[in-house]
Amino acid sequence: MDLTSLFSIALGAILINNFIFAQFLGCCPFLGVSKKVDTAIGMGLAVTFVMGLASAVCWVVNEYLLVNPAIFGEEGPNLAFMQTIAFILVIAALVQFVEMFLKKSVPSLYQALGIYLPLITTNCAVLGVVLLNVQNDYNFIESVVYGVTGGLGFLLAIFLFASVRERLDATMECPKSFEGFPIALVTAGLLALSFMGFSGLSVF
Amino acid sequence: MSSMNLVLFGLAVMGGLGLLFGAVLAFAARVFAVEVDPREEAIVGCLPGANCGGCGFPGCAGYAAAVVKGEAPVNRCAAGGAAVAAQIAEIMGVTADATVRNVAVVHCTGCGANIKKYEYIGVDDCVAAARLPGGGPLGCDYGCLGMGSCEKVCPFDAIHVIDGVAKVDEDKCKACNQCVDICPRHIIALEPYKTKKHVSIPCSSKDKGPAVTKVCTNGCIGCSLCAKSCPKEAITMVDNLAHIDYDKCIGCGICAQKCPRKLITVDGKVPVVKPAAPKAAPAAAAKPAAPAAEPAKTETEDK
Repeated sequence: MDLTSLFSIALGAILINNFIFAQFLGCCPFLGVSKKVDTAIGMGLAVTFVMGLASAVCWVVNEYLLVNPAIFGEEGPNLAFMQTIAFILVIAALVQFVEMFLKKSVPSLYQALGIYLPLITTNCAVLGVVLLNVQNDYNFIESVVYGVTGGLGFLLAIFLFASVRERLDATMECPKSFEGFPIALVTAGLLALSFMGFSGLSVF
Repeated sequence: MSSMNLVLFGLAVMGGLGLLFGAVLAFAARVFAVEVDPREEAIVGCLPGANCGGCGFPGCAGYAAAVVKGEAPVNRCAAGGAAVAAQIAEIMGVTADATVRNVAVVHCTGCGANIKKYEYIGVDDCVAAARLPGGGPLGCDYGCLGMGSCEKVCPFDAIHVIDGVAKVDEDKCKACNQCVDICPRHIIALEPYKTKKHVSIPCSSKDKGPAVTKVCTNGCIGCSLCAKSCPKEAITMVDNLAHIDYDKCIGCGICAQKCPRKLITVDGKVPVVKPAAPKAAPAAAAKPAAPAAEPAKTETEDK
């Protein structure tokens, strides 16, 4: 593990394999909470936080409880098949925790995020990042870096998208049949197209 | 045996994780508990709970939260009235101001209810009927359709269609605004109830005199006699229709005496024209002439 590999993971998660534009994970909150830049940033930060934390906790759970759990002795069973359900449990608990935290400390953000906050539980980007950690055999540091930067990629995507949508709402007169959601989907497609420009990028 | 072990270990791991996270969350719920102001719950307790929205807040809980924050006065609950205002004031430790009680008033007498443009067969609902050509089957474009959308929406059973026109039971009406909002003809409005004599003009027609007389026996023809006779200049003519400014009205009822259509009511009744008995007959005789004279006047006013 050296710094360059970490940098490569980070750049990959943010730009090249952006969770939304390249892997199409987490589209629900991406489209749902992107009407205003403020709430979009809030959602992005909440997702980043949950993804980073989930990566760390899930790595520990996976390493010490599921795959060759040392606590059950030398001949312990391999519980890797329970990864998905165990990770979902971890994520659900984390989201609950974040929800309580926000309700107490940032009530305005809590109000603005509304239904999408509990929906982070089922945000496939979060489950995606922990499963990819396992798939790529990342160690603890790499997992956390991948989780946090994956969240930052989500934040970048939702921020760009919300900025465009806000400006669209304010200035552009679009045909009646395109108003609202259709034009948002077109916008998302164009943004994804531009992110394809990063796909050939290789680091070191 | 080994598969048995696998199941047991699986259960143990998931159970252990569940317990652990449960404990952490329970602890976090303590730490991050948001204190709800006990006054808020107390206020919700004494509100009627109809969630009518008459106060302008989303439901009774929304109003209670606004009161506790100091964003709303304690006497906003129209449904609860003075009794609830006093209770809330006690909880909040302030004195309640006197509330002006409003009631909904239907601005149509229903005298033209039998004059129809066409026979309507369909959903028995004003909102549906008003979407049809001509805004519904009623001859008058401004009158009560009499299908009782207001009756259905009223949470207090205070408005009923009687003889083709909606009537408000003023004792039951809590001024929650629901009928005002639903009426497709926009002929229901809130008016202050009996702070003095309650003078009301139960007509919404903006048509000119002759058109009104065709579809109704006592609709406002826009003659403006009431406006001219009012000692406080509380009545104004807008689009051939008289409006009362209740801040200025003193409830003298002179306008009701003057009205050639016997439309204006005082405390819900059309007063008997008492003064100038000898002149009463000519005035009655002059009535058919009045509509003919008025349109010219209103036309010049419009231009």
